Amino acid sequence: MAIGPRGPRSREERMTPATDTNTGAGPKVRLKTSAMIASIAAEGQRTKPAPFGNALAELAKDRPEIVGMTADLGKYTDLHVFAKACPDRYYQMGMAEQLLMGAAAGMAHEGFVPFATTYAVFASRRAYDFIHQTIAEENLNVKLACALPGLTSGYGPSHQAAEDLALFRAMPNMTVIDPCDALDIEQAVPAIASHQGPVYMRLLRGHVPLVLDEYDYRFELGKAKLLRDGADVLVISSGILTMRALEVARTLEADRIGVAVLHVPTIKPLDTETILREASRSGRMVVVAENHTVIGGLGEATAGVLLRSGVTPKFRQIGLPDEFLLAGALPTLHDRYGISAEAMARSIKGWL
Amino acid sequence: MQTNPLGHNVDLAERAYRIRRNALLMGEVQGQGYIGQALDIADVLAVSYFHAMRYRPEDPHWEERDRFLLSNGHYAIALYAALIEAGIIPEEELETYGSDGSRLPMSGMASYTPGMEMSGGSLGLGLSIAVGMGLGLKRKQSSSRVYTLFSDGELDEGSVWEAIMSAAHWKLDNLIGIIDVNNQQADGPSTQVMAFEPLVEKLEAFGWFVRRVDGNDMDAVVAAFDAARDHPEPKPRMIVCDTRMGRGVPFLEAREKNHFIRVDEHEWQLALEALEAGRNA
Repeated sequence: MAIGPRGPRSREERMTPATDTNTGAGPKVRLKTSAMIASIAAEGQRTKPAPFGNALAELAKDRPEIVGMTADLGKYTDLHVFAKACPDRYYQMGMAEQLLMGAAAGMAHEGFVPFATTYAVFASRRAYDFIHQTIAEENLNVKLACALPGLTSGYGPSHQAAEDLALFRAMPNMTVIDPCDALDIEQAVPAIASHQGPVYMRLLRGHVPLVLDEYDYRFELGKAKLLRDGADVLVISSGILTMRALEVARTLEADRIGVAVLHVPTIKPLDTETILREASRSGRMVVVAENHTVIGGLGEATAGVLLRSGVTPKFRQIGLPDEFLLAGALPTLHDRYGISAEAMARSIKGWL
Repeated sequence: MQTNPLGHNVDLAERAYRIRRNALLMGEVQGQGYIGQALDIADVLAVSYFHAMRYRPEDPHWEERDRFLLSNGHYAIALYAALIEAGIIPEEELETYGSDGSRLPMSGMASYTPGMEMSGGSLGLGLSIAVGMGLGLKRKQSSSRVYTLFSDGELDEGSVWEAIMSAAHWKLDNLIGIIDVNNQQADGPSTQVMAFEPLVEKLEAFGWFVRRVDGNDMDAVVAAFDAARDHPEPKPRMIVCDTRMGRGVPFLEAREKNHFIRVDEHEWQLALEALEAGRNA
């Protein structure tokens, strides 16, 4: 039996370098494959260390019902900061994500507010039924904080959670948060702790970029925030692509292209009122940008809202393609898949 | 406690009879249900609700109650039967079993059924929840216990072993697992679907205190529950109950063993009569 290519594109085609770094004359340049948890901060960018762990430890001082639980990823989700501050409230559940979710449900049954951490891939793909049945169905107070969202690891598909937003959006009762930076995370932690019901928060860990403090920003659960205005393009974005969109807006300003940026940190419930208000302003192209597959995330959620309301601006999506992504260095991958600031600017200019 | 000349506990036997009767009446409402399992586990439920557990029928969320998790959600018909007997679910609701708008759906739902502590249906969830509850109760310095009933078929689920390992790691002596070994799961005898013996040795090797009993021998079940409660070591406890599908209704017990026993329309009355005959025997 002949074995044909397994997908629409052959492996060789997928492996073709995105840039010409490795081709042509001259010495071969070896692109560095990043570690599993490479920082997403650009060189010289302002950052804050462990915003999630620090915010949770701070909040826990006044909230004895908060406990931290993890599946062998305390160090890699910044929960170790909380563990150090509140050692008796830290539960290491071992490398067992299903158990983690069930046990977090049990803790919530007993009146505690568990923050359970793992990687986004494991929460969304491995433990989905446990979250669905033991947590979401009973609307329990479990807060999932899950690292390496979207394409924030160069380690390959095992650690790239390109579809987590789609999966958790589809789960009833679940609130879904995709924060942009350290400030967003710090402010989201007390907000989701006070929210009644389960929350899935995409987690940026380690030295996390600090961006939003320059925009008079405050996180509010369920609210989209217009960070800057512009006459030609409205970028609706979440997560780290809001950070990129702000860069793009500054770049395109030089070309006299006005780019507005609407940051949507709460993917569900979606702030449809603000999205409709901004998208209804005539003459602007709407571009939804997300660090997620173009299937089922903020882009398609926004498209649905607009179409159902009869608002039909020129509409484009920036997001990850519907394919298994390659391993490699994050800057290379972000450029290849169109979510680097440069690639986004190129796309937007091309669409205008 | 009254005992008859054979030493059997009369009160508990009568409770088990009424649990079986409630289950048959519910099965009759729908014309179907996991009645074989309900009949096999009735004795264990009688001991759980009328010997072992602390609870207040009028206040299913009473903080100091012992928790009971039904991991094998399809046994809901059996648990409803026990909850009705315990006065937690009103007897009038029995006839709504499995009907539109009922609080008693075919699989247990914690979100709207009184006394149901977890939403079941997907197998292998209960013991993980029990670990979290056990940890939570210890945090609160509560003396309540978490009883978790699950089936031998659920031993196929990897998550069950995650929880078995974890409960021993955390020394959850407030967790009492109950395995119904009726050797029947969807595709056939559990031991043939996926070999799980020797169960006692396995569980002991994982760090649990284990008692294995005939789950239809009331006195043995009582002794096992007492031993599980009183065991002094800081270990989780497991009661392995070997049971017989259809127990209490001889013609169902003799029927070719199936995960889902077929009961024809006219047979429900016959089953109730056979059960009644056994009660007076």
